[in-house]
Amino acid sequence: MEERANGIEVQGLVREYKKGPRAVDGIDITVAPGEIYGFLGPNGAGKSTTVHVLTTLLPPTAGTARVGGYDVVKEGPKVRAMIGVALQEAALDPLLTGRDHLRLQATLQGVRKDRRKVQADELLIRVGLEDAGDRKVSGYSGGMKRRLDLALALVHMPRILFLDEPTTGLDPQSRTALWEEVARLRREEGVTVFLTTQYLEEADVLADRVGIIDQGKLVAEGTPAELKAEIGRPSVHAIPRDEKDREKIAEFLALFGERLDTTRDVAVRLREGLGLTDIVRAVDANGVDIVDLELKAPSLDDVFLAKTGRTLEGATEEAEVEPAQKRGR
Amino acid sequence: MSSWPQVGAIARRSIVRTARQPASVIPPLIFPVALMTVNAAGLQASTDLPGFPTDSFLAFALAVPFIQGALFSTMNAGTDLARDVQTGFINRLALTALRDWALLVGQLSGVVVLGIVQAVFYLAVGIASGVDFASGPAGVALLLFYASVVSLSFGALGAWLALRLGSGESIQAMFPVLFVFLFISSMNTPRDLIDVEWFQTAATLNPVSYMIEAVRSLIIEGWNGQALALGFGFTLVIGIVSIALASSALRTRMTRT
Repeated sequence: MEERANGIEVQGLVREYKKGPRAVDGIDITVAPGEIYGFLGPNGAGKSTTVHVLTTLLPPTAGTARVGGYDVVKEGPKVRAMIGVALQEAALDPLLTGRDHLRLQATLQGVRKDRRKVQADELLIRVGLEDAGDRKVSGYSGGMKRRLDLALALVHMPRILFLDEPTTGLDPQSRTALWEEVARLRREEGVTVFLTTQYLEEADVLADRVGIIDQGKLVAEGTPAELKAEIGRPSVHAIPRDEKDREKIAEFLALFGERLDTTRDVAVRLREGLGLTDIVRAVDANGVDIVDLELKAPSLDDVFLAKTGRTLEGATEEAEVEPAQKRGR
Repeated sequence: MSSWPQVGAIARRSIVRTARQPASVIPPLIFPVALMTVNAAGLQASTDLPGFPTDSFLAFALAVPFIQGALFSTMNAGTDLARDVQTGFINRLALTALRDWALLVGQLSGVVVLGIVQAVFYLAVGIASGVDFASGPAGVALLLFYASVVSLSFGALGAWLALRLGSGESIQAMFPVLFVFLFISSMNTPRDLIDVEWFQTAATLNPVSYMIEAVRSLIIEGWNGQALALGFGFTLVIGIVSIALASSALRTRMTRT
């Protein structure tokens, strides 16, 4: 096969569902070969729809997308040969073993017969399932299923990997193991990774660049450091000793910056030129009774808040409540 | 890249899945034989009717398990495929280099293999019960071939229902409907001896009657060209129409650019 750069180029991509919302609303993305691109957004933002379009499972309504140099509409089979995909729901057959899955996937992907067994063994070891490979998937934990799903995506040694919320529902240990494997794939094999997530930490730790999507639109894009630098100023978070002093402390802190909408504590984004020491001195001088005072560097959640007016957590909750309300009607 | 290894892999999966579900393997073997045994015991007196083609009701009824077993496996194959749609496994397949036709052929090959296993079991039960095959060893071979064609046709019907409905529960709900076709056929009485007019008409219009009669002819008559032609003819028509419908439904279900 002709050697192609394993990047992704998306221009003006739109995907509209019949009688439904515009799930993806004109996004432009460029992912460089060998880059890990984090696609961050709450539930229902359009992340999975974008992945479905880029992996040829859904045709776009408008716009163009090239994956590995191939057009996703006109050259679907060539795109599929280049990519490995782990979709949001790890669709596995509970009656097959991990090894059965790998053998099936390898055959369907055209891996040479003499390589299939070796490949399956290597991948089972790589994802830490060598002891569970001959067990039926019905007995696997959520983390084991995710790891098998990743192994299946890698069976034909793809140059581009799409991971749709790969760590949702995983315990911290499994999550870290998966992050390490994804980082290794990029580092040692030059694989390009398009990763969707609703976890800020995941995007922060893993991604070279992050795109933030909300209601189908790309609202921000850059390296995590660049995005945080756009916000610039840190925030100060205080926890009152007595809950009834909350409003009083909020008014006091408002002297140092604009108030942030938080539920756990009282917080302000500091004005330019102010630091924690300024607040500590003022707290001391005014006898304000607080149990904890913390200075937080800007996070990707702050970026999301600045771009959309909502926290990522809040947006996710809204997205979860909205369909439930619609169902209730 | 050749698609035949893909066909083999899908067929293997279909067989392995079924083999690992005793509830899918045992009922299609046991229930038709149990029904045949009960009917043979209770309806032996029917053989005294003038014009009844044999004096062994067991030999007469042995044709039924072949068709009833195929109906069972249709449901199982359909339910498995519908589950693939429900769980998103079909998306996993769509993301590989698998060709649409290879999925359908692979899936149906698995159904055919299981259909032949069932047919061998029914044959063994018949022979062990003392049934003589009037058509001899060549007839037994043709019977096994016919069983594979019936499995293919009914399997395609199950695949179409699965891809169209996309839900295992809906497939299960269709089971009684298909069973009605079995019971309003000539399964227990030759068509010309059915006394109730509407029943005789229904059995005459019902293609399942001709499928049973084709098998029955090999067991109790020998070589009856008309019965075989009608049986094969109806089975092939059902198969061709079902395969066409299933292929179309698969293209819709396995959407990919």
